[in-house]
Amino acid sequence: MTEQAITIQDLTKKFEDKTALEDLNLQVAKGELFGLLGPNGAGKTTTINILCGLVKPTSGIAKVYGYDVQRETMKVKELIGVCTQETAIYPYLTGFENLELFGNLNSMDKNLLKERSKMLLTKMGLEGDAKRVTGKYSGGMKRRLSLALALIHDPQVVFLDEPTVAMDPQSRHAVWDFVRDQKTHGKTIILTTHYMEEAEELCDRVGIIDHGKLIALGPPRELIAKNQVRNLEDLFIKLTGRTIREEA
Amino acid sequence: MQFQRIFALAKKELKKTIREPAVLFMIFLFPIVFVFAFGASFGGVGGSQTVTYQIGVVNLDHACSVNASQTLLTSMFNSEILNVHLYTDNKTAQNDLSQGKVQAVMIIPTNFSEGLASYQAAPNNPSAWTNATLSIFLDKGSIVATQAIPPILQQTLTSLTDKGQAANQSPLKMETASLVEVKTVSALDFIVPGMFTFASIFLIMMVAQSFTQDRENGMMKRIRITPVTPTEFMASQVVAYMSIAIIQAVLVFAMTYALGFRPNVGLPAYAFAFVLVMIFSLSNVGFGLITATISKSASAATGLSFLFVLPQLFLGTFVGASLSSGAQVAGKFVPSYYVTDALTSVFLRGATLASPTILIDLALVSVSCVAILVVGIVLYAKYYKI
Repeated sequence: MTEQAITIQDLTKKFEDKTALEDLNLQVAKGELFGLLGPNGAGKTTTINILCGLVKPTSGIAKVYGYDVQRETMKVKELIGVCTQETAIYPYLTGFENLELFGNLNSMDKNLLKERSKMLLTKMGLEGDAKRVTGKYSGGMKRRLSLALALIHDPQVVFLDEPTVAMDPQSRHAVWDFVRDQKTHGKTIILTTHYMEEAEELCDRVGIIDHGKLIALGPPRELIAKNQVRNLEDLFIKLTGRTIREEA
Repeated sequence: MQFQRIFALAKKELKKTIREPAVLFMIFLFPIVFVFAFGASFGGVGGSQTVTYQIGVVNLDHACSVNASQTLLTSMFNSEILNVHLYTDNKTAQNDLSQGKVQAVMIIPTNFSEGLASYQAAPNNPSAWTNATLSIFLDKGSIVATQAIPPILQQTLTSLTDKGQAANQSPLKMETASLVEVKTVSALDFIVPGMFTFASIFLIMMVAQSFTQDRENGMMKRIRITPVTPTEFMASQVVAYMSIAIIQAVLVFAMTYALGFRPNVGLPAYAFAFVLVMIFSLSNVGFGLITATISKSASAATGLSFLFVLPQLFLGTFVGASLSSGAQVAGKFVPSYYVTDALTSVFLRGATLASPTILIDLALVSVSCVAILVVGIVLYAKYYKI
């Protein structure tokens, strides 16, 4: 059995005349919290979409727990949970019903589903709103529920695509605590973000991606020390000549 | 295929229907309001186009010194608005009537010529006449037939005796018999079969909106990340919308029943109606998917869905009864036409479920609806992943 949760070899994705990913090579160990950093349009979401089986790569190989995402998509889908960049929840269902739906889509046992729904709603601070339709939730509440949906079936690998975008500091720290908690339970977490402080705070290793290419890879403190910069934000400026929030 | 996933998605779709006010109105309240409004106020035939009525004739007359039945038939054959079909027996004629092949059947009695001869012998002595009565059976599924045909035949009959002779001053009389045992046939009875069809048509809009909305807000992507297979997903949609179609049919039936619709048919006829509406809902899911394929947004889907809603509505339901003959021919290219026709045959014409016209309608509805659903799924899957 492979020790790698994620294996990416020579991965390239082209959209007509635009190259979103170019010969990306990356490995993420089981239980690792890995940050994929870069500005908007760098190729982070494309990488996640390929790993989830949503997008077909132009060339190269992507594997999750040793399963090829193109040929063994169903096996991969059973292992992963994804918190998408969009706050994707059904507004006409309650918080609990949204969790119940996605638990059923992942073939969960009824009792286990109830138990995990309750636990996740409590951890996300939504237990008092579980029976309200989510159309009436605030933006932060929707984001937290969206994260809970990704985790309802207790996946081995969790992809969090910009999970704290547009969150207030309190909600953001609550999510950080929850992400750390997942790591202590042995889950592999792939976090994409353009908040450098978030990556520094949470990640075991980070990969900085720009124009579809991996330009730096390693533990945050190691990268900072090696490049003699104060933080990851400065590292990105040093490597690309731009700030991470500028358009690529 | 896992039923847990299919039912979870179908349940979600049903909750959406109940909890989203716009959807609830369009799918359930609008048809009910429409049925009530039409049921309460619909009347008149409308249209001024020239039509031809299909009349079946069973001639039992024994000619004597005069051949009255031949004179009557010649007069009918010469009429531009009557197309006469001769039958050798009443059973075959009634069978064709129940299947909508003719709009009326006229039985010429054995003593018809004798009646006319007695009149000609003593035109001013009614006590010497031999009374003969023509029996007319009308297509109860056609408001046109029940309202227009009796006066035309009465006029033809009257022409055999003196011009302008009142019917009660002649031994030759006409009696309209009811094929279906209802006391009165109201305008409501004629439009109810179309109403069953009508309600389900708006599923097209709902399906199109649902798919485009889920695409826009990222839900389709989220579902694709789960282990749900495309087959399970589409099966859940079919289950959900068939369920909605059944609920609609129940509501329409309840409303029309409350308004006085009492067809003289048994439970199998109702079961057939509900099954037919369920099958018909497949075409609406298919048209909804086609609409969702060509629509970039949910608002565009709402507008574009009328490309399919309107033809089904105007050409295939009760609305079509008052359209031009050209439009009625065009109606034969939409599935709703055959649903309405089959329900009319069952509820109003008294056709049996095993009769050829019902079986043909059922076959056409089934084949066309499944074909439209398949086309919808293939097109949607080609341009958007499921």
